[in-house]
Amino acid sequence: MDNTLIIGKLYQQFSNDILNVDVSSDMLSVTIAHPVIHEVIRFLKENPELDFGFLTTLCGIHYPDRGLPLGVVYHLHNLRENVRVRIKTFVPLTDPSLPTITDLFSAANWMERETYDFYGIIFQGHPDLTRILNVEYLDFFPLRKEYPLEDPTREDKDDRYFGR
Amino acid sequence: MGKVPPIYNIAAPPDGYEAPGLFATTLDKVIGLARKNSIWPLPFATSCCGIEFMATMGAHYDLGRFGSERLSFSPRQADLLMVMGTIAKKMAPVVQQVYEQMAEPRWVLAVGACASSGGIFDTYSVLQGIDRIVPVDVYVPGCPPRPEQIIDGFMKIQAQVGKETLRRRYSQEYRDLLTKYGILK
Repeated sequence: MDNTLIIGKLYQQFSNDILNVDVSSDMLSVTIAHPVIHEVIRFLKENPELDFGFLTTLCGIHYPDRGLPLGVVYHLHNLRENVRVRIKTFVPLTDPSLPTITDLFSAANWMERETYDFYGIIFQGHPDLTRILNVEYLDFFPLRKEYPLEDPTREDKDDRYFGR
Repeated sequence: MGKVPPIYNIAAPPDGYEAPGLFATTLDKVIGLARKNSIWPLPFATSCCGIEFMATMGAHYDLGRFGSERLSFSPRQADLLMVMGTIAKKMAPVVQQVYEQMAEPRWVLAVGACASSGGIFDTYSVLQGIDRIVPVDVYVPGCPPRPEQIIDGFMKIQAQVGKETLRRRYSQEYRDLLTKYGILK
């Protein structure tokens, strides 16, 4: 199975919703419009020829300068033919919600919680969308670029002592 | 047969008045002497400083020479909380609870840069020093500190323990300190 087959199959079904296709790091990347992301992943999993039956990983990403700044990247793997594909989708900051894919891949459960924890992306239909790694009382999403990574309460770190 | 040298140490007596069949000193000093030479540490090791502590406890450095070979893995019987390693903010209530479970008198040794100040982990998820949640008696610098440094910190704790008056834990200052940390309501 090569990339042209995957793209061809996707174009047959979702020609209007494919926003970008490229190959980076030897891996096919397809950017999909967010309303159909669930259908696309279901199609990639359930189509007998594509057969992407394994969710390698899922993570959030934030490009503050883009029109749709918040994104989710899904890595799918066809274990029979050892082919991988990367699916990206982007949502607006005002309504960062996506359908959950826990109904397709149980492994997505904790990954979606992590993505919610760090980026604040709401996965509609997730069975338990709560923080998983950070403290419960955290009132922001720390990997969004508008928040500083450094602890704001630290007093001993005076820039003068570090030559900055 | 020659005389075999003793394989144990005898702690030096405190200052006092000596006469034949008589030795007089203060109760504080006697209790301080007993306490400082039998400190039971509770190791709270979360990262590389914990590995250095294992070397400190091992035969080569042998913390047992200071009367501390008996580690207390229950906070109820421990005298000294040794926090070694990065404490994430999610871990902070656990450290505080362990401290609360220790019986008085209790001491705290912050081992390494992370426990003392957050170290290189100046980030939203890491507690910037355990002195934000529990009172600390001695800080050991280093990233991680060598066993000699941990022993040095431990000996500074011993010095404090030996000098502490029996009234200190009942004083208003000490109550205020614990209240400041939210440990005493």
